[in-house]
Amino acid sequence: MGFIPISESERREMLARIGVADSRALFEVIPEAVRFPSLTLPERLTEIEALAHLRALASENRDLTQLACFVGAGVYNHYVPSAVDAILSRGEFYTAYTPYQAEMSQGTLQYMFEFQSLVCELTGLDVANASVYDGSTATAEAVLMAQRLTGRERVVVSGALHPEYREVLCTYLEGLGLTPVEAGLELRSDGLDVRPAEELVDEKTACVVIQQPDFFGQVRDLSGVAERCHAAGALLIIAVAEAASLGLLKSPGEWGADIAVAEGQSLGMPIAFGGPYAGLMATRSDYVRQLPGRIVGETVDATGKRGFVLTLQAREQHIRREKATSNICTSQTLLALAATVYLALLGPRGLRAVAQRSHDNAVYLADRIAALPGYRVVTRRPFFNEFAVIGPAPAPAVREQALAAGYLAGYDLGRSYPALANGLLLACTELSSRAQMDGLVEVLRQVGRAA
Amino acid sequence: MTEPLLSELSRPGREGHELPCGEVPSDALPEALTRARLPLPEVGELDVVRHFTRLSQKNYAIDLGFYPLGSCTMKYNPKINEVVARLPGFAAIHPYQPESSIQGALKLLYELQAMLAEITGFTAATLQPAAGAHGELCGMLLIRAYHQKRGERQRTRVLIPDSAHGTNPATAAMCGFTTVSVPTDERGNVDMRRLREHLDDTVAAMMLTNPNTLGLFEEHVLEMAEAVHRAGGLMYGDGANLNAILGAVKPAHVGFDVLHINTHKTFSTPHGGGGPGAGPVVVGEALEPFLPTPRVVRRADGSYGLDSSYPDSIGRMREFYGHFGVLVRAYTYIRMHGAEGLRQISDVAVLNANYLRVLLQAVYDLPYQRTCMHEFVLSGRRQKQQGVRTLDIAKRLIDYGFYPPTVYFPLIVEEAIMIEPTESETKDTLDAFARAMIEIAREVEQDPELVRTAPHTRELHRLDEVRAARKPVLRWTLNEAPANAT
Repeated sequence: MGFIPISESERREMLARIGVADSRALFEVIPEAVRFPSLTLPERLTEIEALAHLRALASENRDLTQLACFVGAGVYNHYVPSAVDAILSRGEFYTAYTPYQAEMSQGTLQYMFEFQSLVCELTGLDVANASVYDGSTATAEAVLMAQRLTGRERVVVSGALHPEYREVLCTYLEGLGLTPVEAGLELRSDGLDVRPAEELVDEKTACVVIQQPDFFGQVRDLSGVAERCHAAGALLIIAVAEAASLGLLKSPGEWGADIAVAEGQSLGMPIAFGGPYAGLMATRSDYVRQLPGRIVGETVDATGKRGFVLTLQAREQHIRREKATSNICTSQTLLALAATVYLALLGPRGLRAVAQRSHDNAVYLADRIAALPGYRVVTRRPFFNEFAVIGPAPAPAVREQALAAGYLAGYDLGRSYPALANGLLLACTELSSRAQMDGLVEVLRQVGRAA
Repeated sequence: MTEPLLSELSRPGREGHELPCGEVPSDALPEALTRARLPLPEVGELDVVRHFTRLSQKNYAIDLGFYPLGSCTMKYNPKINEVVARLPGFAAIHPYQPESSIQGALKLLYELQAMLAEITGFTAATLQPAAGAHGELCGMLLIRAYHQKRGERQRTRVLIPDSAHGTNPATAAMCGFTTVSVPTDERGNVDMRRLREHLDDTVAAMMLTNPNTLGLFEEHVLEMAEAVHRAGGLMYGDGANLNAILGAVKPAHVGFDVLHINTHKTFSTPHGGGGPGAGPVVVGEALEPFLPTPRVVRRADGSYGLDSSYPDSIGRMREFYGHFGVLVRAYTYIRMHGAEGLRQISDVAVLNANYLRVLLQAVYDLPYQRTCMHEFVLSGRRQKQQGVRTLDIAKRLIDYGFYPPTVYFPLIVEEAIMIEPTESETKDTLDAFARAMIEIAREVEQDPELVRTAPHTRELHRLDEVRAARKPVLRWTLNEAPANAT
């Protein structure tokens, strides 16, 4: 077996040193009745065979090198510069582990510190952790954090928070026997009305969770929202499912958020069928001791030289056990590296350009679709790079027809909003070409004609 | 050389990436909604590449040398896994594509579920959890849902050995359970007499790592499971140490009702500097109805799909379907081993650990004198009498070119040194590591100061962790460049 380098003679030598004749003797502590059971797995493959097999499986998927992508809904087809994967492919990074021994792990620790700094700049908040699993679990962790900070249990969420974030939050709260209160939404003749979640805040509320831009792409003026939450003693959590929007839009900190969370996928991470990505999480400095996850801090060594270490570990499970802020014990370190390299390459002008171009393309596409007979853009303007459309036919059928023509025509809104059965959520990025957008409009026109 | 921070490399006007010209008119968002400041560093591409390449050289990694972190299973991460995970058919598919366009991905997930269930002896699996701790959360929520469904809401206590990982009690608390710590007996097993004292109808579950964190297989595991089941509780298995028993015993066969698997340990998916991992959860029939949704299923017509129609499901653990990119690697690894290859893994992992144990047990105390499984725990208490602590020994190992083992865990061993060599290493490496440990023990006797002040060969000496925690500096302060306000 290629990955096990021990030779037969070495093996015999080692067994002799241990004092047993056969390695099976080392397993005798396992009750005999259950020891060495039969194990039925597919035949072992060599590397050549494995590569052929995996290539065959991969070819059963239609990927974004063949399809024009207009689906977003929390995962966006942004360009990832080549340098990002070149750095991530370095074994010194991806075959290391959590930097327990700081003197041997300064590379990881420094980029984690840089990542935290970048998250602070993007979100407009004081402190960030080194990431959690993804946008959905970051949202759930933020809610648990708000409950600890306020000593309150009630949670209000916007109906335009990503449906899967809401589902994950429900799972996390179910452990404590709680259910979040949801602000609803309504489809009117002139567009989609999302009830402002802060209207449901009361003196028992721990936090209000709002997504910006919301799930339907709309960018809301959040002036006064934080004040309203704070007046009731509640915290405001702003969730960002499209992190590229932070290149252009006012930051959660500027809106007065107490905790900001974001899905980091847009910042240099391959789409990869939903993961792995990284959850970004930032807050005010006063709240840092309730922040879950790994945190890196700057310090000095015995000779006064700058260095970095894991810090504030008294919050964490390996020290606090059942009293920890969370059970989480890793961050998404390698994906945090992707975001750090991505943001370093793009810089302020690059990220702004990605955000502006994504927005411009979405506006162009929405205007063209709105002009088609049978289609209605229902996300109220302004939207960022995503908008909801009610079409003349059920969304699954439209998506299949578009797929046949080489287009991923958005997210099927009926999956999570039964009232929007003919609804598609369409997203653009800087990679949406005019030819692709015009092509999609043509496909939708034909679907409309047939319907 | 101190590597500057990105913020220190920043110069106004530099950029590392350029977009093509836009093809459509630009649309300005209202000023009230847009940000005036975007204070990010401005660096060119070569500077970025050099910065991160230099940082990589300040790291240690499996690709550089022996990494015997106990309980972390730092085995070789085959390069083929990196190649297949980057195939566009896997890396460039969107989670919301129509099912007809992602049959290969769904088939891979379905087959991986089946293989993990077979390896562990269970009947069903979910691949959703993002990491081991997330798998624990999933598994304990399943147990909670199970008792609630049966109307046994009084089952609020979870029994956890005092040798357990900190994630176990932290997870139980997140599920609203109260934790009860069960002591370890003199042979390194869960103390059965003390365990029995706690068994009544308020017990929801026992959380057990087997082999446990001492690297020892629980000698009374069958009895333990039977006793917990008789009291109406369930057995939660922490699969952190699954590498030790691949093909040697199936956790379901010793009485576990649910188990989480760390793909980044047992199935070689890269640790990534501390994530991403993946924490699939396998269950028997009793807990299957509660598994998270959506589940990956095979339909009657032979196609694969995502199914959410399970009314008793605990719901969703995370967005989408799990760490797919990680799962592709785990799938490839299992396919490249087959049943016989997996059996060889545990065989050699246990052989290597026992060989190292025998080489070291004369020089360092071995608190539990038994054949170990894939890892073993030494105590530095003899060296502590010379005024040298385990932390010092760990730091001195750095000078010998090894990553130090896990230290001060499990908590029940004084000055613990927890060593897991894995099956990946040659005898030469094990011998060299043993020589270094023995040499350090000699240094403790003859020149304790040398050990106490280690490391001596790295760019940095020991770092001041107290200062980091007392006066936290958790981010840079960027001197803002006016060019930002474009």
